[in-house]
Amino acid sequence: MNTVTPGQYLPEASGDTTRITRHFRAEKFDFWSFFFSGLTGLATLFILGILATILLNILVNGWSAISWHFVSTIPKKDFFDANTTGVLPMIVGTSFRVIVMTIFVIPVGVITAIYLTEYAANTSIITRIIRAAVNNLAGVPSIVFGLFGLGFFINFVGKNMDAVLHNTNAVWGQPALIWASLTLAVMTLPVVIVATEESLKAIPPGLREASLALGATKLETILKIVLPQALPGIMTGGILAVSRAAGEVAPILFTGVAYYMASLPSHLSDQFMDLGYHVFVLSTQSPNIEQTWPILYATVLVLLLLTFALNIVAILIRARVRKKLRALG
Amino acid sequence: MAEILTPKLAPPEASVTTAAIGAPLIEIEDVSLYYGAARALKNISLKLDEKVVTAFIGPSGCGKSTLLRCLNRMNDLIDNVRIDGAIKIGGHNIYDGNVDVIELRKRVGMVFQKSNPFPKSVYENVAYGLRLHGVKAKSDLDTRIEESLTASALWDEVKDRLHSSALGLSGGQQQRLCIARAIAIKPEIILMDEPASALDPIATARIEDLILDLKKEFTIVIVTHNMQQAARISDQTAFFYIGELVEFGATRKIFTNPAQKRTEDYVSGRFG
Repeated sequence: MNTVTPGQYLPEASGDTTRITRHFRAEKFDFWSFFFSGLTGLATLFILGILATILLNILVNGWSAISWHFVSTIPKKDFFDANTTGVLPMIVGTSFRVIVMTIFVIPVGVITAIYLTEYAANTSIITRIIRAAVNNLAGVPSIVFGLFGLGFFINFVGKNMDAVLHNTNAVWGQPALIWASLTLAVMTLPVVIVATEESLKAIPPGLREASLALGATKLETILKIVLPQALPGIMTGGILAVSRAAGEVAPILFTGVAYYMASLPSHLSDQFMDLGYHVFVLSTQSPNIEQTWPILYATVLVLLLLTFALNIVAILIRARVRKKLRALG
Repeated sequence: MAEILTPKLAPPEASVTTAAIGAPLIEIEDVSLYYGAARALKNISLKLDEKVVTAFIGPSGCGKSTLLRCLNRMNDLIDNVRIDGAIKIGGHNIYDGNVDVIELRKRVGMVFQKSNPFPKSVYENVAYGLRLHGVKAKSDLDTRIEESLTASALWDEVKDRLHSSALGLSGGQQQRLCIARAIAIKPEIILMDEPASALDPIATARIEDLILDLKKEFTIVIVTHNMQQAARISDQTAFFYIGELVEFGATRKIFTNPAQKRTEDYVSGRFG
């Protein structure tokens, strides 16, 4: 190493009794440090480059087909005429299913995370089973969720609901918005649970102790002190869940998406159209793929913009919550 | 306002030399505490008097904080803790099956070593405990909050910024806020776990003055590493060593003429 030799700065050593001087030799050029920091920079540029290429590709190819007409028209059964087609039902369908999913996944995920963090003993067998279940849930392929939704929600819950309500025609025992949303909720549950747990663990235990020492119950402490602090983290979990779910097609294939609906979905038992599924339809069903390309890219672009818009809204709300928490209580 | 206390200092020399100014309020009877298999407290028996400052002193790991936390059952929060023996406050064993822990913690308040104000406004910090125990009307809250902040010698410094964040206060102010928060719900006993150990000498002096004021109204038990602090502010002192109570008596006696050799060694700095 090239720095001070021991004793070099002591006045006796340098013969100077009135001043202490320190000598540092200039650092020699270290090739390997430079190489590795350059490598990390290159890796970052590489990833950004790929992202930029994908986005630019979509933008350039889809921009020509995007128009106000495109996003606000309910198309006729022929999707492949660029002049008359539209994606409004797909936008509505994707948005609705994401919103309904959020309504289910946030409460269940947060309550599970609260149980795991605040109530469960870390070593008990039940806790370990729950944690294992959450981790494994995160690894299940999306198509399996779709089959689960069909078998459990539609064929079991839905059919029994119809029997209890004495519906002559199948209302709940068939693909529907609610079943697709619930399937997505089950799929994104691990994301919300993990994000909530992390934000709960980040709250210092001193705050909980202070609340309990004042005579609050554990529940009061959680509701009044812990949860408000954890809110930004919970919202992060929600944002991640929404981002993941907006683009998923496999879970909704059997549980609610339709090739064509003449009107917008208005009821939880309605089927719906979907942007991601529509991309699949356009790619595989088109009679003239060259002509369909702009519509395809435009649909993808709309999906990206929708996801982006949903995220921006959530991020803005989260920023406001964070600001409020920081300023005062 | 401030009918609780007038800020007059009671000089330490005027504190009692006998061990009773009032009837014993806290009776610790043959208490042992186990963390799993490890024994942290060994057969502690102690009687603490009312409206008196009692100091728990001893080297690190001797169990003084553990015993303190037994007095408001904060050790219930830790898994694997077992407590034998009885602790009676006002004659009733607080470890009985039918004791309401919430009510106990209302009567026995606690101030922690590291000040832990809630990330809320100064007002909301003090109001938290009050709301928990039924004070809802704004005028009542305002009065009680002003009383406790005045009693904690903090009112003048925060009266113009009641609704700004408590986290913007200095360390000493935050600790006084925690004290205000604890006394707002009018406990009988205040437990203090090294309340000034994280503070500079000036802030420490203010906290010590505050404790001398508070003892007119509350019974105070303070754990401290700082022997000089114990000598300054306490009336009775208990010396602990590796989970055992070695000696207990008037502070004067403990520091000038202790009965046990271990006590003498500790207070004269031979170990610790």
